[in-house]
Amino acid sequence: MDCEHPHHLDAALAALGDDPAATVLAGGTDVMVDLSFGQPHPVHVIALRRVVESAEWQEGRIGAGVTYRRLERGPPGALAQASRTVGSPQIRNTGTIGGNVATASPAGDTLPVIAACDAAIEVASRDGGVRVVSWADFFTGVKQTSLRPGELVTAIVFPDPMPAHHEFAKIGVRNAMVISMVSACVTRSEDGTTRVALGSVAPTPLRATAAEEMISAETNPGESALTEFSRLVSAAVRPITDHRGTESYRRHASGVLARRLLERCLRREPR
Amino acid sequence: MHVSMSVNGREVSGDVEPRTLLVHYLRENLGLTGTHVGCDTGYCGACTVHVDGISTKSCTMLAVQAEGAEITTIEGLASNGELHPVQEGFWERHGLQCGFCTPGMIMQSAYLLAEDNNPDEDTIRHGLDGNLCRCTGYHNIVKAVQYAGARMRSEEPDAPDWEEEGT
Ligand SMILES: Cc1cc2nc3c(=O)[nH]c(=O)nc-3n(C[C@H](O)[C@H](O)[C@H](O)COP(=O)(O)OP(=O)(O)OC[C@H]3O[C@@H](n4cnc5c(N)ncnc54)[C@H](O)[C@@H]3O)c2cc1C
Ligand code: FES
Ligand code: FES
Repeated sequence: MDCEHPHHLDAALAALGDDPAATVLAGGTDVMVDLSFGQPHPVHVIALRRVVESAEWQEGRIGAGVTYRRLERGPPGALAQASRTVGSPQIRNTGTIGGNVATASPAGDTLPVIAACDAAIEVASRDGGVRVVSWADFFTGVKQTSLRPGELVTAIVFPDPMPAHHEFAKIGVRNAMVISMVSACVTRSEDGTTRVALGSVAPTPLRATAAEEMISAETNPGESALTEFSRLVSAAVRPITDHRGTESYRRHASGVLARRLLERCLRREPR
Repeated sequence: MHVSMSVNGREVSGDVEPRTLLVHYLRENLGLTGTHVGCDTGYCGACTVHVDGISTKSCTMLAVQAEGAEITTIEGLASNGELHPVQEGFWERHGLQCGFCTPGMIMQSAYLLAEDNNPDEDTIRHGLDGNLCRCTGYHNIVKAVQYAGARMRSEEPDAPDWEEEGT
């Protein structure tokens, strides 16, 4: 095994261009665990930790190498909330948003935030230049993305300005160090436009569009609108039963969680 | 592959298999066996060290990724023969039983106190989320961190539980 440590994006893209089969290593919190679990050892590693461009963060454009540690201390809101729930402090010190996106686990905690905010994934390669891919086109299945050979995720691009309200929460078997059983992000703009995205309930992050349309039309949602919103979210999700939870629990919890987050949006001052 | 880094203030270098984990490099190549391996998968926190001042699970990092970094392990925490306040806290407040989790607990506690030397109990418990202990039930670990925080603020630590109960 061979390991390269490029200091600049150009060099990283060149290395990957020469060997598109190389293993890309950012914080290593997913890659190293896979290795310890007996995945075959990679032949060629390109480590991104030193790529300076990757740690850049300007307004809504967040470099792929930005760690949860920085995100949780960033502007308050859904992304900081999601980042705070990832793993443990040590994992947040090294794990990156780019790694979360590239892993594309259904339980990736930044994914519902990206989907609810309609953020885009910026990718680049030596030969193909830069592409900006909508989240919906980027996530294609369980741990599957439309990233092409030779491409790196370079940044996550959030809308600027963000919606006035955005809230994230997840449900797991306990409070600390837990992979989501259901996660959700709700955003609401001053004009009532509402978005709701859920994680861990489908192969890719899922938007509950019928619920969004119904609640976006309500300027001041009352009890019956909130109940209907919750019902529509539960109806939209496509969860499975696995070792973390059952299909029916996840369905129920999705509606409860989305409603709770919407209520927070309605109650709080704009972010 | 060749690596060089600073470990506990000492420059070290040598050849490693590129796939060597930082924790194995520390334990096997440098003989610093104070850093423990409990799981190898990022869960238990026994392998916590500081990489450029930031707490990291050394089982999730390759030795070659630490090229040029400054590493601090449990062996490097005491200075001039004086225990670090956190080490003293674990001693004074019985923050350990078998001791397996202790090096990682101490490194993570030292990191959290370096960020905020007056954390409330909740902050301490959250700060230690990634460190598992099978023995203590965490109660005395929290007390040990509070003791260390007081020392670092040059305050008198609270009396231990067993004296408060005043038998
Ligand atoms: C103890 C523990 C707890 C965890 N808890 C959570 C949790 O609560 N929530 C959660 O969402 N995740 C969790 N994770 C998973 C993991 O921490 C996250 O997915 C993290 O964001 C991965 O980022 P990384 O930088 O460590 O990625 P790495 O492990 O370095 O890489 C992950 C994958 O992405 C690829 N990759 C990385 N960067 C790029 C890039 N720029 N371009 C192209 N490909 C790239 C790598 O090749 C690899 O396939 C946990 C992991 C551990 C070990
Ligand atoms: S050995 Fe590293 S977290 Fe358990
Ligand atoms: S003291 Fe035994 S595991 Fe913590």
